[in-house]
Amino acid sequence: MDNDSSTPTAAGPVAAKQHIRKMPVNWWLKKPAYLRYMVREITCLFVGGYAMFLLMLAARLDKPEAFETLLASPLAIGLQWVALPFAIYHSVTWFNLTPKVLVIWRGEDKLPGFLIAGAHYAGWLAVSAGLVYFAMSGGADG
Amino acid sequence: MARSNEPAFWSLFSAGGMVAAFLIPAAILITAYMVPSGKIEADNLRMVMSHPISRLLLVAMISLPMFHWAHRFRFVLVDLGIKGCKLPIAILFYGTAVGSTICAAYLLLL
Repeated sequence: MDNDSSTPTAAGPVAAKQHIRKMPVNWWLKKPAYLRYMVREITCLFVGGYAMFLLMLAARLDKPEAFETLLASPLAIGLQWVALPFAIYHSVTWFNLTPKVLVIWRGEDKLPGFLIAGAHYAGWLAVSAGLVYFAMSGGADG
Repeated sequence: MARSNEPAFWSLFSAGGMVAAFLIPAAILITAYMVPSGKIEADNLRMVMSHPISRLLLVAMISLPMFHWAHRFRFVLVDLGIKGCKLPIAILFYGTAVGSTICAAYLLLL
C-alpha cells in the first residue's frame, strides 16, 4: 500500500486519509487493457438503453400504428445500430468470464474453461436462432 | 452501503448480464434490421410479442438488464472518480430498475 514515514500514533486517522491517491479521470485511456475494461463496463449503458426501448415497444403493444412508427424511426434504428456492437461485446466478455464463475469438476479434474465458455457460445447461437425463428413465426404456437 | 444488500443486487446484476448476453444481440437484429428491412412485418412482430410467453420473456428482458445496468453503472461512476453521493446514486439507479420492472409488469402482465 504505502511506505510513507508518517507516524502511526497520534496522527492515525488523518494520515490514513492522506494516503488516498488521486487518479486522473482518464486513467482508463493509459493502457489498452484498461480501455477494454472500461468499454466492457460501459456496455451496460447500451444494455439498459435497449431494455428501455423494449419498454417503449411494450407500451405500444395495443397501438399498431405507434408500434410500427417507433420501429421505423430513424433515430431508434440508428441508436440500435450503435448499441449492437456494444451488446455483442457484452456477450463475448460475459461468456469469456463464465469459466471463472462456473467451475465444474469431473472426478478430480476441473472441466477445462474453453468447454464451459464454448457451451455458452453454442447456447448463444442456438438461443439467437430460436429468437429470430420465434419472431418470424407469427407467435401462434412459438 | 449495507453489506447485506450486496449479494441480492449482485445476483440481479448477474441474471441481467446473462439475459442480456443471450438475448439482446438477436433482439436488436430483429428490431433494427429484420423489421425495418421488411423481413418481418411490424404488425407480425407485435402479435408475436403479445403472446403470453413473449410477455413473460419481455418482462425478464426489461427488468433484469435494468438491474444489470444499475449495478454496473454505479461502479463506472466510481471508476470515473465520482466517489461521493453513494447512497443517493444507489437509490436513483436501483429505483430506476425497480420502476422499470413495475412499468413492464403493468404493461405486459395486467
